[in-house]
Amino acid sequence: MPKQVILGAHFPGVNNTTVWSDPRSGSHIEFESFRRFAQAAERGRFDFLFLAEGLALREQRGHIHDLDVVGRPDTLPVLAALAGVTEHLGLVGTINATFNEPYELARQFATLDLLSQGRAGWNVVTSSDAFTGANFRRGGYLPREQRYARAQSQVTANRHLWDSWGQDAVVADREAGRFTDGPAGEFAYASEFFDIHGTFNTPRPPQGHPVIFQAGDSEDGREFAARTADAIFTGHGSGDDGRAFYRDIKRRLACYGRRPEDLKILPAATFIVGGTDDEAHRISDEVRRQQVSGQTALLILERIWNRDLRDYDPDGPLPDIEPETQPGTLIQGRVQHVKDPAAEVARLRELARDKNLSLREVAIEISARQNFVGSPETIADALIDAVETGVSDGYILVPHITPGGLDDFVDQVVPILTERGALRSEYAEGSTLRDHLALGAARPATDWEAGSAAGQADLSGHESASHDLPSHDLTEQKESA
Amino acid sequence: MTSSLSPIHLAIALDGTGWHPGSWRQPHSRAAEVFSGAYWTDLAREAEHGLVDFVTIEDSFTVQGASPLDPTPVPGGGRLRGRLDASLLASFVATRTEHIGLVPTITTTHTEPFHVSKNLATLDHVSNGRGGWRVQVSGRPGEAEHFGRRRIPGFFDPEASSEEKSARVNELFDEAADVVEVVRQLWDSWEDGAEIRDSATGRFIDRDKLHYIDFEGDFFSVRGPSITPRPPQGQPVVTALGHATIPYELAARGADVLFVTPHDDDSAARILGEVRDAEARVRADETPLLVFADLEVVLDTPEASGAQRLTALDEAAGQEFASDALIVTGSVTELAALIGRWQALGYGGFRLRPAEHAVDLPLITGSLVPLLQEAGAFRTAYDQTTLRDRLGLPLAANRHATAS
Repeated sequence: MPKQVILGAHFPGVNNTTVWSDPRSGSHIEFESFRRFAQAAERGRFDFLFLAEGLALREQRGHIHDLDVVGRPDTLPVLAALAGVTEHLGLVGTINATFNEPYELARQFATLDLLSQGRAGWNVVTSSDAFTGANFRRGGYLPREQRYARAQSQVTANRHLWDSWGQDAVVADREAGRFTDGPAGEFAYASEFFDIHGTFNTPRPPQGHPVIFQAGDSEDGREFAARTADAIFTGHGSGDDGRAFYRDIKRRLACYGRRPEDLKILPAATFIVGGTDDEAHRISDEVRRQQVSGQTALLILERIWNRDLRDYDPDGPLPDIEPETQPGTLIQGRVQHVKDPAAEVARLRELARDKNLSLREVAIEISARQNFVGSPETIADALIDAVETGVSDGYILVPHITPGGLDDFVDQVVPILTERGALRSEYAEGSTLRDHLALGAARPATDWEAGSAAGQADLSGHESASHDLPSHDLTEQKESA
Repeated sequence: MTSSLSPIHLAIALDGTGWHPGSWRQPHSRAAEVFSGAYWTDLAREAEHGLVDFVTIEDSFTVQGASPLDPTPVPGGGRLRGRLDASLLASFVATRTEHIGLVPTITTTHTEPFHVSKNLATLDHVSNGRGGWRVQVSGRPGEAEHFGRRRIPGFFDPEASSEEKSARVNELFDEAADVVEVVRQLWDSWEDGAEIRDSATGRFIDRDKLHYIDFEGDFFSVRGPSITPRPPQGQPVVTALGHATIPYELAARGADVLFVTPHDDDSAARILGEVRDAEARVRADETPLLVFADLEVVLDTPEASGAQRLTALDEAAGQEFASDALIVTGSVTELAALIGRWQALGYGGFRLRPAEHAVDLPLITGSLVPLLQEAGAFRTAYDQTTLRDRLGLPLAANRHATAS
C-alpha cells in the first residue's frame, strides 16, 4: 500500500497561471464558480479546498495591474458559504496575520469550524508593506523583520482563545438551568504585540484548533512553520529541490519537540492531463502561450529588470539595458523573489542566445512548465512517486481554468490514485480536516508555547537553512497566497 | 383590525434561542444546537416560509448580558452564552435559502472598514443581492479590552460627567458614520462593467472603472479600491437601531433603514417626528429613511396566553424581562392591530423579536402573516428581486458612473 497522497484544490488565482481568455473560463466572483469548483474537489475526495487572499490590488508602473484576473470575493464568507454546499471537504483560507486582531479572527475561524463541523483551516500569511497598510487603520506600521514574530503571536493568541472554552463546555441542561459547565471563555494573553483579556464568545471549534498552514519561504517563514504550523504550502515541489526543502523542514521539527508527521508539506502543483503524454505536452505548450501574452511577457521581465520595459517589442530581443538593483516602487502588492537581478539577467541572455528566443519566448520559457504533464497514468505515478520518495506529503493543485479546471483530474487521475490505494475511496464518516490529514488532536496553546520556548533555546547553535532562489513558477504561486 | 392596510415590511430579529433570556430553558428551544448551521438554516427557512423581508442576526464582541437593556456579561453558567459570527452565518444561510434578506450585525468600533466592506459585498454576491448590514457601535470597556488597542471607558461609567459621556457617545457614532461612509465608497470603487476580458488588448479589467477612495478621517484613512467587485445590489441595505438623537442622526447620515423602539402610540408618533427632524438636519440622500418599529413579541398559544408565557419565561430566567423595546403579549390579532395603528402614523415596517424562536416565530409566519395578507397588508409571494427592490429602495447609482 503506497503512502496517502494529500490533495488540495487551489481556486484559480490572480496570477497569469489563470487563463481568463479561454472560452471555458467563467466568473471568478460569482458564488456558482466556487460551488462548482468545491463540489468537483469533493467528488474527487480531495482533502481540502484552498483560497488565497489579497488585501490591495496590484500595481505596476503606478497603475492597477490589468492583464491578469483582478478582484476576488472575501475569503471567509466564501468558505462559510461553501460549508453550506459541501459535506466533507476541508476549507482552508488565507488570512493575513498583520491586518487582523485575534479576538475577531479566532471567532471567525471558530464559526467556520462549527458551521462546517470541523473542516476549517487557516493559511497564515504576513505582510508589512505600507502599500497594503494604506487600506487599514494601522497603516504600514510593522517593521519587516517583525512580520513573523507578530504572526507567531497572532496564532498563539488565537489558540488561547480557542482553548478558553472546554471541549464540552456547552451542556444546555434545561432542567438544571446550566447552559455552560466549566471554562467558557475567560482568557488573558499578553505579548510584545497583543495585550488582551476578557471573555471569548464563541465555543471551542470541533477540531479544537483549525488546521494552521504557512506559506512563506524565508528563513523566518520556515522556522515559523516548524514551530507553529500543521502544514506548509510551498513552491518546492519537484525532484531534488523538493526533497531538500522537505528534509530541511522536517529536520527543524525536532527542535520544537515535534515529529516529522506533525507537519505536512504540500507544494503547489500545476498540471495538464492529456489522453496521452504527447497530447498533454502539446496542450501544455498551448496553455503556456496563453498564460504569457506579449504584454504579460514585458511585465514578467519588468519584475526581474525592475525597470519600465513597455517600449520593448515582445517579439524582439531581450532588453539591452542592465537591471535596476536598488529596490523601487515599480511593482506593488507582489512578493518579490529575485534576489540577484544581474545574475538572473545574465542567465536569461545566455538562454536567449542558446535557443534563439524572442523576449516573449524567454518569458514563456522561464514561466516553468506545469509540474505534472501527461496521461492520467503518468500523473498518478508521478504523484505517488513524489510522496514515496520524500518530495512532499501531497500537492495543492492549481488549475488554470475557473471553475472547471479540476474536472479532468477528478474524472481521470483520481480513479487511478484510488485504485492504487493512494487516495481514500470514501470520506470516513464524521472525519474532520485534521482527520483527513492524519494530524493528531489539537495541542493546547500552552503546550505549543512550551515547545516553542524549548526550540528557541536550541536555536543558539542552529545552522541557517539554504537560501535557494525559488523558480519563477514558485514566485507566481507564492504571490497568490 | 381594520380591513385594509397598505403593504408593510416585516423583519425578524434572530438572537440565540429567542430574545427572552429564559427562552433556552423551554422544551423546544434546541439550545444545544444554537452553534450549528442546521439550526440557523431552519430559522431562516421558517422566516422565508412567512415571506418576511429579511432577518437580522445579532452579534457582538462579548458574551451575552442579562437582558437587551443590561449588556454586562453574566458570570456563571446559567445563561445562554456564546455566538457564531453573524456575517459568516449569513453567508452560510444564503446557500440554503432563496429569497429572504440576510442582515448580520457587524460592529464598527474594533473592526477594519476595508474588511467589513468586502465581507458584506461577498454576502451580497453569495446571496445574489439579499445582503444587508446592521451597523452597531461597541461602547463597552470589556469589548475594548478584548482588542487591547484602545481604551473605552463606556457609557455606564459612574465616574464620568454627563458631558464626558456625551462626548464619548458622539465620538463612537462619528467613527461609525465614517465607517459606513468608507464601506459605501468601497462598494462603489468598482463600477459595474469594470471586468471587460478584452482579448485584443490582453486587459481583464478597464482600470479607469476602478477608483481609489483616498478617505481620510479623524479615526482612520483608507486608500482603496476594494478587492471585491461591486456587489449585485450596488449598495447592500444598511440598517441601524437607534434610541436617541445621536443614533437617529447616524442613521440619517448613512443608513437606509432605521429600527426604533416606541413603547406606546404617543412615543411612536414622537419618535418618528424626531427621526424626520434628524433627517432634515443631516441626511443627504433624497430617499427618506425607512423606519421600522421594533417589538418584542410573546404571543398567545392554544395552551397559554402570552402573559402567562412571559411569566413562565421570567421564572426560567430568574428575573423579570426588561427590554429597550415594547414587550407585546397577546394574540396575533392584537399584534396586527398595533401594527395597523403604527403604520397609520408613518412606520414602513416592523422588526419582530421573538421571545422564543421555537414558539413565536412559527406564530408570526403561520398566523400573523396570513392575517396581514387577508387585510391586503402583506405580500402573498416573493418577487424575484433584490432586498433593496423589495424594500422599495431606488436602484443604487454608482457615484463614479459617468453619465452616458
